[in-house]
Amino acid sequence: MNYVLGLKCKECGHRTGVLPVHVCEACFGPYEVEYDYGKMKGKVTRESIARGPRSLWRYKDLLPVDVPRVGFHSGFTPLKRAVRLAAELGCSDLWLKDDSCNYPTYSYKERVVSVAISKAIEFGFDTVGCASTGNLANSTAAHAAQAGIRCFVMIPHDLEQGKVLGSLIFAPTMVRVRGTYDDVNRLCTEIADKYGWAIVNVNLRPYYTEGAKTYGFEIAEQLGWRLPRHTIVPTAGGTILPKVYKAYQELIELGLVENNQPGIHSAQAAGCNPVVTAIHKGVDIIEPQKPNTIAKSIAIGNPADGYYVYQAVKASGGWGESATDPEIVDAIKLLAKTEGIWTEPAGGTTLAATIKLIQQGRIPTNESIVISITGNGLKTQEVVMNELPYPSVIEPKLSEFGKLLEQSRLNERAPVPEAAVV
Amino acid sequence: MSIRVRIPSPLRGYTNGADVVESPGANVGEVLNNLKTQAAGIETRLFKGPNQLNRFVNVYLNDEDIRFLKNLDTPVKDGDEISIVPAIAGG
Repeated sequence: MNYVLGLKCKECGHRTGVLPVHVCEACFGPYEVEYDYGKMKGKVTRESIARGPRSLWRYKDLLPVDVPRVGFHSGFTPLKRAVRLAAELGCSDLWLKDDSCNYPTYSYKERVVSVAISKAIEFGFDTVGCASTGNLANSTAAHAAQAGIRCFVMIPHDLEQGKVLGSLIFAPTMVRVRGTYDDVNRLCTEIADKYGWAIVNVNLRPYYTEGAKTYGFEIAEQLGWRLPRHTIVPTAGGTILPKVYKAYQELIELGLVENNQPGIHSAQAAGCNPVVTAIHKGVDIIEPQKPNTIAKSIAIGNPADGYYVYQAVKASGGWGESATDPEIVDAIKLLAKTEGIWTEPAGGTTLAATIKLIQQGRIPTNESIVISITGNGLKTQEVVMNELPYPSVIEPKLSEFGKLLEQSRLNERAPVPEAAVV
Repeated sequence: MSIRVRIPSPLRGYTNGADVVESPGANVGEVLNNLKTQAAGIETRLFKGPNQLNRFVNVYLNDEDIRFLKNLDTPVKDGDEISIVPAIAGG
């Protein structure tokens, strides 16, 4: 936090202090945290970062918090070399940044929540809250429980069971709203206005979004202080993609990595793709949509930072693609079968979009690629329930098993060696 | 005909703190434009040009985003309520 200058409006440049505000009073644009990079040079180095904890707080110098209060085991998730998936897709340098195992609620949201709740406590708030499509509520409720702070989570009424239970278990006050996420979000903005609570993704948004940079910092550090030529990121409200772009640019600015022109691509569900639509049209006006997709976690028809996703994609020379619901499910299964990772629809969307971008030649197969996995499939079981028929039950007899094995040999790609059957 | 317009807190400096203001007009654009008679200067925050809303302002007519209706040309009738909500929120 030593390096924070204050808040600056992304649109008109108007500045204000370190306050729990997100809307510029001059032009209604969004505030963003501003840092003194000059002061960082020589002090924030690869070595200083390597001395940090093996969590997202490793990058504390580039985050707007004085005293971390939660998230001590969050972040620093695996960057996995995807060898078998690469073979399927014909790629040579393919990686998965895997937040599906993030602590303690298995999604990338731990990053933004850890920063927001720490900041809320610094500001003296006694209640935190959020509007969520599921993962954010889970993470906010869990971290609020760890910090011992009161918590409200607001969700659309029809979320997956895993996402609903995944918040309820931490005993927040949950509000289920009849409507879409966009309805919930709007209500939450009005609540933040009226009750003076720290709504992590509303009035604490400038601090909240900074946490997402750690996803990008870790990619760079784990790749050996190298930026991938292509990073594909799912777009919901538009938080992660612009901050991955900012993270890469900050590392370049500080001289920690070489500028190899890293491209950033947006992935959305075909049933809710306002940003990819704008990218394809080449116009920076994001037209809102009514979402219609199984990818509920990214079903945001009116993305708050959609415009900034567009800008980051354009500035980085990236592109965007959409995935249909069947393509999303197929991608979830492909990832699980080749890499042993079970992701939720947002991750399936990102892999499916990556496949299209490779097929289109927008991502050359011989360049370094990082696919963003942002959440865990255990929380969205409904999506694959009909895709994974249970095998039939056998009696506990060796002969029954033998029959089963014989049948499965006929179904398998590779035959089971004789020696395995005794 | 006067329509109720709900004003978010970043704009209440223009309305002397009022969170609801009644304003006349036959469509959403007129109602918003006419706010300036009671809240001088508010139009500079709402509009970036004639008939063009500031990108960061979302306007709802009876809880429906006007971009799904007829934008500023959406007609209004007695009993309707317009809400102005800053767009920068949500994750």
